[in-house]
Amino acid sequence: MSAKGHCLCGEIQELTRDFNGSIIGVLHNIQEKYGYLPENILREVAKETGFSLIDVYSVATFYKAFKLEPKGKHVVCVCTGTACHVRGSDKAVEELSRMLGVDPGDTTSDGQYSLETVNCLGACALAPLVVVDDHYQAQVTPAKVRKMFQEYAANSSEANLPAGR
Amino acid sequence: MINFTLNGLDVAVEKGFTLLEAAKFYGIELPTLCYNEALSPYGACRLCLVEVGIPGRSRLVSSCTYPAGEGLYVRTHSNRVIETRKLLIEMYLATCPGSKTIQDLASKYHVTRVRFKQKHEECILCGLCIRMCREQMQAKAIGFVERGGFRRISTPFEKKSEECRLCGGCMYICPACQARCQGPQEKSAVCNACLNLSPPCLERFDEMMCYMDPCVACEQNSRGEKSER
Ligand code: FES
Ligand code: FES
Repeated sequence: MSAKGHCLCGEIQELTRDFNGSIIGVLHNIQEKYGYLPENILREVAKETGFSLIDVYSVATFYKAFKLEPKGKHVVCVCTGTACHVRGSDKAVEELSRMLGVDPGDTTSDGQYSLETVNCLGACALAPLVVVDDHYQAQVTPAKVRKMFQEYAANSSEANLPAGR
Repeated sequence: MINFTLNGLDVAVEKGFTLLEAAKFYGIELPTLCYNEALSPYGACRLCLVEVGIPGRSRLVSSCTYPAGEGLYVRTHSNRVIETRKLLIEMYLATCPGSKTIQDLASKYHVTRVRFKQKHEECILCGLCIRMCREQMQAKAIGFVERGGFRRISTPFEKKSEECRLCGGCMYICPACQARCQGPQEKSAVCNACLNLSPPCLERFDEMMCYMDPCVACEQNSRGEKSER
């Protein structure tokens, strides 16, 4: 779905339909639809909801859950919260960034994968935790990460594993 | 009317007064950095703090946001207040030593050293410019973005804002962007230069020359010539 060009009125109406005075829900809708928060959509949404653009932008930059840049098709998220950290999440981050050939926070050049880190996903008992799209992988080790990834790539045909580095 | 005790005095102020307004009303001066009469109080700088409650069970609150309440016991110049205030100023000096407002506060409240890692920020995040833009200029062109240690003031998408009319209100009100005097000890974190010098226009001139060149008062430059201006 392109976020540019044609009239956006319909889409904006759709995105703001359950607007109840709080902008966060709307931002979640946008992020769900486009994978990130496109600038032109935010501008339209600000007009529609009566929020000033700077307020929308403040909220969008405040929360780590919102992205202002396009993300990869698949998001690989490693928890680096306290519990995950002490149980070796940095190893998983290293392994993933080696496999994908990107640093945490970046997206592979083919736009397939984004590697991200978060501070605690609220499932510390499963530490260290890696989430690929909506699949949770508990108590990961570098070996587990590799295996999981190969399986994942095999299951979703378009998601080919990049060459790595 | 609201009755409470301010520095041991029984005072009465109208309902809706903040402690800062009450103190002002009774002629007690409190330092502030993020407060302006024409803007909504924000409570960011904490400099205006006062001690509320009886000794032993008191706490420090920011007077610009704390409403005067019936029967409060308020002290604006207790030891605890003064020590904390000095510490705050010291921290502001460590963050933003280039600001005249902050240097002036340091001189006024006798802060003569900085024990923290020296930084050279240009912003103390007091939010005055944002409130000025929003409340007085009705523009909403700037605001806080990001958070925590990365918090800063910016325009939407870091681009020139369409709402901005270039009124300059943000710079007018900024306590950090007026540069401190470029006197003899320009490099040091604490200025106090004016305290270390005799007044610029001396009765006996001898070898000494005022650091303002040419001097604004006598209009002589350092070679003793009368300036053109
Ligand atoms: S620290 Fe990783 S889930 Fe809490
Ligand atoms: S003036 Fe009260 S907190 Fe800044």
